[in-house]
Amino acid sequence: MLACVTTFTLHGVESRRVAVEVDVRSGLPGFTIVGLADRSVRESRERVRAAIQNSGWSMPPSRITVNLAPAHLRKEGPGFDLAVACGLLAAVGQVPAGRLRSVAIYGELALSGELRPCRGVLAVAEGAAAAGLDGIVLPTECAPEAALVEGLGVFGARDLREVAAILRGETDGTAAPARAPSASSAEAPDLSDVRGHRLPLRALTIAAAGGHNMLMSGPPGVGKTMLARRLPSILPPLTRTEAIEVTRIQSVAGRPVAGLITQRPFRAPHHSISASGLVGGGASPAPGEATLAHHGVLFLDELAEFSRSALEALRQPLEDGRVTIVRGQQAAVFPTGFQLVASTNPCPCGHLGTPRCRCAESDVARYRRRLSGPLLDRIDLLVEVRRPAPEDLAAGPVTSSAAERERVLEARERQAARAGRAGAGCNARLDSAGLRRVVQLDDRADTVLRNAYARGALSPRGHDRVLRVARTIADLDGAERVGAAHLLEALALRCEPVQCSEVDGEAA
Amino acid sequence: MIQACDPCLRRTALLGLLAGRIEIARRGGGQLRDVLALPDDELLAAVAGNKARGLAATVPALAAAQRDAARRAGLAAFCRHSDRYPARLRDDRAAPAVLFVAGRPERLAELVGEGEARPPAAAVVGTRRASPEGLEVARLLGRGLSAAGVAVVSGMALGIDGAAHDGALEAGGATVAVLAGGADVPYPLRRRRTYEQIVSRGAVVAEMPPGFHAHPWCFLARNRIIAALADATIVVEAAARSGSLVTTELALELGRDVGAVPGSALSWRAEGVNALLRDGAALIRDARDALDLVVGLDAAARAAAEARAAGPVPAPPDLDPELAELLEAVEAGRDDVESLVGGPGAAASVQAGLMELELMGLVRRLPGGRVVRATGQAG
Repeated sequence: MLACVTTFTLHGVESRRVAVEVDVRSGLPGFTIVGLADRSVRESRERVRAAIQNSGWSMPPSRITVNLAPAHLRKEGPGFDLAVACGLLAAVGQVPAGRLRSVAIYGELALSGELRPCRGVLAVAEGAAAAGLDGIVLPTECAPEAALVEGLGVFGARDLREVAAILRGETDGTAAPARAPSASSAEAPDLSDVRGHRLPLRALTIAAAGGHNMLMSGPPGVGKTMLARRLPSILPPLTRTEAIEVTRIQSVAGRPVAGLITQRPFRAPHHSISASGLVGGGASPAPGEATLAHHGVLFLDELAEFSRSALEALRQPLEDGRVTIVRGQQAAVFPTGFQLVASTNPCPCGHLGTPRCRCAESDVARYRRRLSGPLLDRIDLLVEVRRPAPEDLAAGPVTSSAAERERVLEARERQAARAGRAGAGCNARLDSAGLRRVVQLDDRADTVLRNAYARGALSPRGHDRVLRVARTIADLDGAERVGAAHLLEALALRCEPVQCSEVDGEAA
Repeated sequence: MIQACDPCLRRTALLGLLAGRIEIARRGGGQLRDVLALPDDELLAAVAGNKARGLAATVPALAAAQRDAARRAGLAAFCRHSDRYPARLRDDRAAPAVLFVAGRPERLAELVGEGEARPPAAAVVGTRRASPEGLEVARLLGRGLSAAGVAVVSGMALGIDGAAHDGALEAGGATVAVLAGGADVPYPLRRRRTYEQIVSRGAVVAEMPPGFHAHPWCFLARNRIIAALADATIVVEAAARSGSLVTTELALELGRDVGAVPGSALSWRAEGVNALLRDGAALIRDARDALDLVVGLDAAARAAAEARAAGPVPAPPDLDPELAELLEAVEAGRDDVESLVGGPGAAASVQAGLMELELMGLVRRLPGGRVVRATGQAG
């Protein structure tokens, strides 16, 4: 007797359909799983056997063959347990095979027959909807996540017996207890906590308004990390499509997902992270920090301390907004549409420009060289962060997240209107051609730009960066054309004091 | 142009051959200047050990090879019997036998020669591990001295030396770099651009043969050339034990003046210079003080020098009132950009204003988010 069950395996942050075929025939009793299954899938034999027996059925004393198709696709994870068990029960007539044709089955089995939650449920549910199935049977805990997909029947079950009842049409399963979206209730840090730091705050608003990558430089302990953590609070809220993507990624990465994630992610990996930890990797490619920060902020504290290979690996993600990981026969594509915020000390000891600094010119040059090159090319804003003055610490907040977010939203709307359709790329994503289309300098600004270029204050590759930032500043100002004041501020935010540009020149 | 006799060229070749052994002898406690003052045969006997006889046999053939090497490297060479050899070097009993020159030999004569009015020269030296302030001072001194027609002599090292050369190149390029290795070997490599500019507008000199890569003792040996070429040695930032202090000792032995730029009593970079000041070195605050030391009270030279020495770049009379206010605040010492921002709305305009002033050449930005009033000639 033959039964066929539909389930899904994870591939990158998406799912691929897998048909589980179960054949039960007379012969020497045995249980074989074929079809490029990895260890955790092959181990599901034991879990299925125990779960079926502990649920009150008996294993057929026959030869059982399970085939996972398509045969060329590598399958992994414990999510196949439930599909194999259902196929087996259908093959021996315990559940009707007809119902199995229109629903997807996904879940891990405990030996007792209870169901355990799995990662990647949202991706699987989306796959089921895309495959034209009308329902999905999965562990109760995962039901709210699957319910995010519209038009798909979600049947949550606590154990194998309940799954059998659902398949027989006796019940619709157990509704998951409604959980408050705990993730969004946690209070995000607010800009009103910041004292002083008027220039960095201004730069933060510009970064949020234009989606610009930003590098903060300053001595240890002045508040670079504190500032970076507050960037998500002034970014525009996630759209529904973005929120679904973020939730799917979190779920695939195995993080508990209570419901739709509405907050932009903020990821701050430690500088000892490896290249594959940062952009994704592993024997079967898993998303890295760059992907977990998709639609959010990736914060790299102490940028110069990161390993060279990790920083090099960030180039493709920064350039393309996605990264392709190739391992053996499989390639996975992960989205990496994050906004980069980095911080660094100005020199190895961190006190450059003060009498406390003990670093030689050559030490500083070497330290800065670790940052130079293609990575810095993708960073539009360079900001010096200094110790706030004592009177600033005692004074009230400079601004609040609500006020700044309003200005950011207005600026983003202007960008979207210009781009023609809502949600289209922000200023930071403009290429040279797009830049020339949207940046009109007025006469004085044009003179300033020519002057800066002629004086050597601006390199050819710095030219586009400055125009991008100037466009954002003009957007914040509500100006149609880029004026001299906008351009001058953008030039100042490149923040390359003479000494540094000389060092760059020598390294080139 | 090669004006060098065979014995002097042989001497230079011998130093190149024995460089490793001289290093060993120095580490063993030998006084470098005493070693360098020895005649050829005694030098061989002193440092070459059992190889002395073998080496002595090869030496006679080396003069021609040296001449070829210099010609191939495009260097001029003057031995101490040549009238183009800078006469002031002869004050030193251990002066180099041959001086190799990269750049135009006439320019070297202009800078440190013995014309009817012997042109003044000043050495500006200091630590390689300089602070941004120290670099700024070295640059100002280099610029001021060079603008006043005083040749700036230094060692082209990282830090103070290089900044002094850069300053001199900004104002006319009256500067002489004394290298520890061959005159055709730009060392340190990071100063390659400075080297090229000095070759074309000043002069690069060296004692060691063309193509020679310096041993540690060569740096000490070149300090004696710096001290001898200059009428005064000015130290900007030096730690308590420093090569720059070796230069000042040699300068004093040769009867030259020594000046030092004072520093914080708490900074290790100022230990050396402050000790010099305590021992009676002239106190140097700016290019004017340096000129006082070098050209003395020669009124004509001073007048010309002061006309060109560095002061703040004058602001144009039609400066925008807001920018003028900003500039005044910077002049008053508000060097912290953050402190210039009055209220929450002003961050944008202060940034834009400072940038405009920077483009006009009126202020300079320093690392660490600070701004200072720009000095020197505008443009």
